[in-house]
Amino acid sequence: MIKTDILIIGAGPTGLFTVFEAGLLKLKCHLIDALPQPGGQCSELYPKKPIYDIPGFPEILAGDLTSNLLEQGKQFQPGFTLGERAETIEKQNDGSFIVTTNKGTQHHAPIIAIAGGLGSFEPRKPKLEHIEKYEDKGVNYFIKDPEVYRDKKVVIAGGGDSALDWSIFLADVASEVTLVHRRNEFRGALDSVEQVQELKWLNKINLITPAEITALHGENKIEGVSVTKDGETQTIEADAFIPLFGLSPKLGPIANWGLEIEKNAIKVDTLDYQTNIPGIYAIGDVNTYEGKLKLILCGFHEATLMCQSAYKRLNPGKKFVLKYTTVSGINGFDGSRKESPKAIVKAIV
Amino acid sequence: MQDVTIHITDREGIKHTVLAPTDMAMNLMEVVRSYELAPEGTIGICGGMAMCASCQCYINSNHKLNEKEAEEDAMLAEAFNVKNNSRLSCQIPISETLNELEIEIAPEY
Repeated sequence: MIKTDILIIGAGPTGLFTVFEAGLLKLKCHLIDALPQPGGQCSELYPKKPIYDIPGFPEILAGDLTSNLLEQGKQFQPGFTLGERAETIEKQNDGSFIVTTNKGTQHHAPIIAIAGGLGSFEPRKPKLEHIEKYEDKGVNYFIKDPEVYRDKKVVIAGGGDSALDWSIFLADVASEVTLVHRRNEFRGALDSVEQVQELKWLNKINLITPAEITALHGENKIEGVSVTKDGETQTIEADAFIPLFGLSPKLGPIANWGLEIEKNAIKVDTLDYQTNIPGIYAIGDVNTYEGKLKLILCGFHEATLMCQSAYKRLNPGKKFVLKYTTVSGINGFDGSRKESPKAIVKAIV
Repeated sequence: MQDVTIHITDREGIKHTVLAPTDMAMNLMEVVRSYELAPEGTIGICGGMAMCASCQCYINSNHKLNEKEAEEDAMLAEAFNVKNNSRLSCQIPISETLNELEIEIAPEY
């Protein structure tokens, strides 16, 4: 069982900044995210897109913002449960909570901060008969461990960055890589497109375009797929089929946690962004209140206020005043200390 | 500048006639969101970058629209429920030429 002070559900910018604000109050955080990497939408959807409304940054790439936030919170040693979705929550007699993921990982914390954005990113599944039957039996929508595909025959479908990047990567791992896309054109970094082109010439990637996967075959696991091109269908042998058609966010199991939901978002009190369940907060794009704006900068503000409230909840009656990092510096949980250099006091003679 | 009238059929098949301002640099996806014609979180997920196809719509009138750019074309090639008259509504800026435009919001997927 993972134990922490604040369990943050969602490792997007708001969740990551919570680590920093909580750390200033000596509260330790652990984050759960359905995606295999932190950053939420910023790293999954648009890492190379510039953001212009982060205070103090006239322009910053979404991917760089994620890296900076991770760096900023690093000394507070956050824990991560990635690639797993928060599934159930159980309130304990002492008011704390146990959150269990879809993979069975259990987390125990007195404070829950839901920073889930638009929800957990679920793969967009192609409409293929019996595809569910083959899930985890050759069909996977994410690649967590590429080694699984060593010396296997892999078929990838999709036309974006993920499909290109994984085809390139697996070309050196799998015994055979087939990339199938509905069009001849791909949407990805120029470098990736050119690499796939080259690997095709080298016969390391079998590229089939414009074509679609139209059927899956196999007894208890994937053994082959049907590919239809120009109205003609051929069946190719495959040990794995990886459809990469992007991700779509779903509020998912959180919607059944007894929280007050309005417009696909969690209602909160703007005093401290607490939900209708004491001890559970909702911050960032996942919450709603009168005047709500879904902006990263608003998420940062909400995270800050939420941490102050969480501190008071965990330390009732304990005196505390807000400290400025410029004055107090930062004491990391890893023993590190950051502080502003002392002013020089020296006589001029 | 004048507002334009847009006819929008939502995902339940209900038709709405709305006014859209032409001077606020809005796109069609934002008009749908501002009138709450699709639940929040099911449209414009990527914010309007032609990166998610959650704002796909079908154009049911003969208006001449801005041409699709490569990004929109590529995203539609990866989307589901795509028809010949599919567009990403986030890529259609509201202008006076859109008056009386008729669209239908594509199913959520």
